[in-house]
Amino acid sequence: MINVVLPHHLRTLARVDGEVQIEVKGPVTVRSLLDALESRYPVLRGTIRDHVTLRRRPFVRYFACKEDLSLEPPETRLPDAVVSGAEPFLIVGAMAGG
Amino acid sequence: MSKIRILVGTKKGAFILTGDGKRQNWEVNGPHFAGWEMYHLKGSPAEPNRIYASQTSGWFGQIIQRSDDGGKTWNPPGTKPEDLIGPGGMPKGESNMFVYEGEVGTHKFYDGSQHPWEFKRIWHIEPSLTDPDTALAGAEDAALFKTVDGGKTWKELSGLRGAKGHLWQPGAGGMGLHTILLDPNNANRIYIAISAAGAFRTDDGGKTWRPINRGLKSQYELPDPDAEVGHCVHRIAMHPSRPGVLFMQKHWDVLRTDNAGEQWQEVSGNLPTDFGFPIDVHAHEPETIYVVPIKSDSEHFPPDGKLRVYRSRTGGNEWEALTKGLPQKDCYVNVLRDAMAVDSLEPCGVYFGTTGGQVYASPDSGDTWNPVVRDLPAVYSVEVQTLP
Repeated sequence: MINVVLPHHLRTLARVDGEVQIEVKGPVTVRSLLDALESRYPVLRGTIRDHVTLRRRPFVRYFACKEDLSLEPPETRLPDAVVSGAEPFLIVGAMAGG
Repeated sequence: MSKIRILVGTKKGAFILTGDGKRQNWEVNGPHFAGWEMYHLKGSPAEPNRIYASQTSGWFGQIIQRSDDGGKTWNPPGTKPEDLIGPGGMPKGESNMFVYEGEVGTHKFYDGSQHPWEFKRIWHIEPSLTDPDTALAGAEDAALFKTVDGGKTWKELSGLRGAKGHLWQPGAGGMGLHTILLDPNNANRIYIAISAAGAFRTDDGGKTWRPINRGLKSQYELPDPDAEVGHCVHRIAMHPSRPGVLFMQKHWDVLRTDNAGEQWQEVSGNLPTDFGFPIDVHAHEPETIYVVPIKSDSEHFPPDGKLRVYRSRTGGNEWEALTKGLPQKDCYVNVLRDAMAVDSLEPCGVYFGTTGGQVYASPDSGDTWNPVVRDLPAVYSVEVQTLP
C-alpha cells in the first residue's frame, strides 16, 4: 500500500484524516498512483489534475523522498521507498499569492 | 410564522443565517467549506431545502455541492446516503466537471488578440423554477451549463458562445457569466449577462441566443454606439410579475428596458454616481428598485465614506438615499454584484453583504437597516429564501 498525504482542503473534501492508503496494480508511477487515488476517491477528480488533459493543476505540487516530482513526466516510476510504503507521496498546495 | 434563510457566499466559506418573520434575531451557521471561495449558493424554488453551492479554489478548481436538508449537510451530487455511512464513508460524487462543448474556440483577450476559452469557476447557479433537479450555472470563462440530474453532470448550452463569442472580452474581474434570469411565464425565455460582453436572451430554451444591448453606451471603452457586444453589464434584475421589464446596473449607468431588452434607456437620474454592482427589485412593487452607488471604477467604495442604498419607487430616474442604520462615515467597503437580495414577506425585506464582511437586513423595504453579522470574510453573494 502506498501512503499518500493530501493537502488540508482535499482531506476535508474527501473526508479523510491524515494519510490515505492506496493500492496500485502494476508499475507505480505518478499517473497510476493518481488514477488509483481518484478511483478510490472520485470527488478528487479534477482537483489535482485537469479532468480532460490530466495535466497537473498549476498550483499543485508532488513530493516524495525530499524530491520535487511535479515536473517529472507522469509515467515516471516512483521511488522504491514510496512503493514499499516506507515514505509517503505528498500532494501539496503550492505556496502562491505573495 | 414565516422564516427567512439567508445564504451567504464569502471568500473563505459559506454561512447560513436564519431569522424569524420579524427579521430582528438571527442565528449564524457556518462556516461551511471553510477556506474555500464560495461564489454563490441558491435554493430551488421548487424544493427550498435543496440548495446548490459553487465551491472554488485557485489551487484545486471547481466543486459543486448540494444540500437536500436546507444547508445542514452537504454532498457533491451523485453521492448516495449509504456511501457516507461508517468510518470509511466518503462522498462518491464527481460533480466538478465542466467541459466546453465541441471546438473550444477563442474570445477576445485584454490585448486584443484571440485567446482560447479556459474554464475557471462557476460564478452563479440558477435552479429551475419548477424542477429541483434542473439548474443553470454561469461560468468564467463565460459559458452557460445545465444540469438535469441534480448537479451530478453538467452540459454546456453552447449556442450562447455562438452569439459573437469571439468578440467577448474579460472585464477586470474576469469574463464571468454572472446573471441568469428565468422568465416565469415562458420556460423558453432566459436572460443572462456577462462581464464584459453584455446581456443576451434566448427564446428557445437556450439553443440560440442574441445580444440585447441596444441603448447601452460606453463612450470611451466602446466608441461604436451600435456595438452589439463588449458592454460591461454588472447585473440585471427582473420582477417576476413583469418578465419583459428588466433593470440593469452597468459599469457606468443604471438602465431599464420595457421590451425584453430590445431597447434600453438610462434611468440614473439623480444618483450621486451611476457606477455600482448590484441591482434588485422590491418583491411586491415592480417599479421599486435598489442600487448601491460606488464612487468610481477606480476606487470601488461608497462616496464620502457613507454606505447608502438608493431606492427608486418610480422605476428609476428619481432616487432617494436610504441611510438609517448604515454607517455614514469612514465606510470603505464594496457591495458585489451578486450580494443583494429581497424576501417576499410583507413588508419586503432587503438584504446585502459587503466586502468588509457585513450582511445588512432591512425589514421595511429599505427604510431602516440592521447588521445581521458584522465580521464575516468578504461577502461574494447573498440569496434569501422565504420559508413557511
